[in-house]
Amino acid sequence: MTETVPSYLSPTGQEIVFLLLGAVAVGSALLVVVTRQLVHAALWLVLCFGALAGCYLVLTAEFVAWVQVLIYVGAVVVLLLFGIMLTRAPIGRAADLDSGNKIVAAVVAIATAVVLVTVVVDGFRTAYAPLDSATGSAKELGSAVFRNWVLPFEALSVLLLAALIGAIVISRTDIRGRD
Amino acid sequence: MHVVYPAIVSALLFSIGVYGVLARRNTILVLMSVELMLNAVNLNLVAFDVWLRDRLHGGQVLTLFVIVIAAAEVGLGLAIVLALYRNRRTVDLDRLRTLAETPPSAADPASAASPTGPDSPAVAGRGRPGGEGGPPAGAAAAPGAGPERVARAEETS
Repeated sequence: MTETVPSYLSPTGQEIVFLLLGAVAVGSALLVVVTRQLVHAALWLVLCFGALAGCYLVLTAEFVAWVQVLIYVGAVVVLLLFGIMLTRAPIGRAADLDSGNKIVAAVVAIATAVVLVTVVVDGFRTAYAPLDSATGSAKELGSAVFRNWVLPFEALSVLLLAALIGAIVISRTDIRGRD
Repeated sequence: MHVVYPAIVSALLFSIGVYGVLARRNTILVLMSVELMLNAVNLNLVAFDVWLRDRLHGGQVLTLFVIVIAAAEVGLGLAIVLALYRNRRTVDLDRLRTLAETPPSAADPASAASPTGPDSPAVAGRGRPGGEGGPPAGAAAAPGAGPERVARAEETS
């Protein structure tokens, strides 16, 4: 799969679309972490997750893309918005959303980005994945989950159930511990 | 599709998530940054699954599992944040210094002025009367806390 690598200078249409979607995702993710309004951060998160779903679609992983839209955009962001409302966060512009160690955090993040991008470019420069056949349809992934990954799937169902019961127990006030 | 492109996008997303976790003060924003980091890993998993043409579809199935775990994590995290907000009236990570080794420094006068030791909020959290939600319960639930803390709880409610 690494014999013939097409040139980087003549990108295909899929690569152009992927790079545009990736730029949208990275840009909106940057706005999530620098915006001064809490609700806007959640809305930029929606855009970031949507762009990532588009990236999955370009990578022929359509089932993962729809699951991303359903669970992340539909459930996780709504949960986060509920959390913002229930903690009575400031709706408008708030100055105290960032802690004092912004510069250290920026240095650490830039160092992480430099190291990761260098390693990744060095390691996968010659890797090429042709996107000719769709491999991520719901049928294929469903049969993969229920043929080869049944045990992790069931364990994960129990984990999700336990986590949500735990969330209910934590957030209810009329359940007391054993005294 | 060159594998470098999704790998670079995911590396940048991960670093942005690192910045958000380290630089944000609001707990919900930190949770959002953790979601960004999980999504970066998901993009890597999908890209490498497509590149390696895994017959078991390990990468995409693991992506689904990570999405489910992220949903569970957000549910539990928000429950903890709400419990925290009920007890402390704040979700700022800088003020939650109960588990710190040293006593709170002078940089945080609100909690430094508390006359009791750093373990009093834990006791207050355990002995909290149940069934009486709302601000009065939150204020009355901190019997060992200093007058500043109760006053702050009443002014924010």
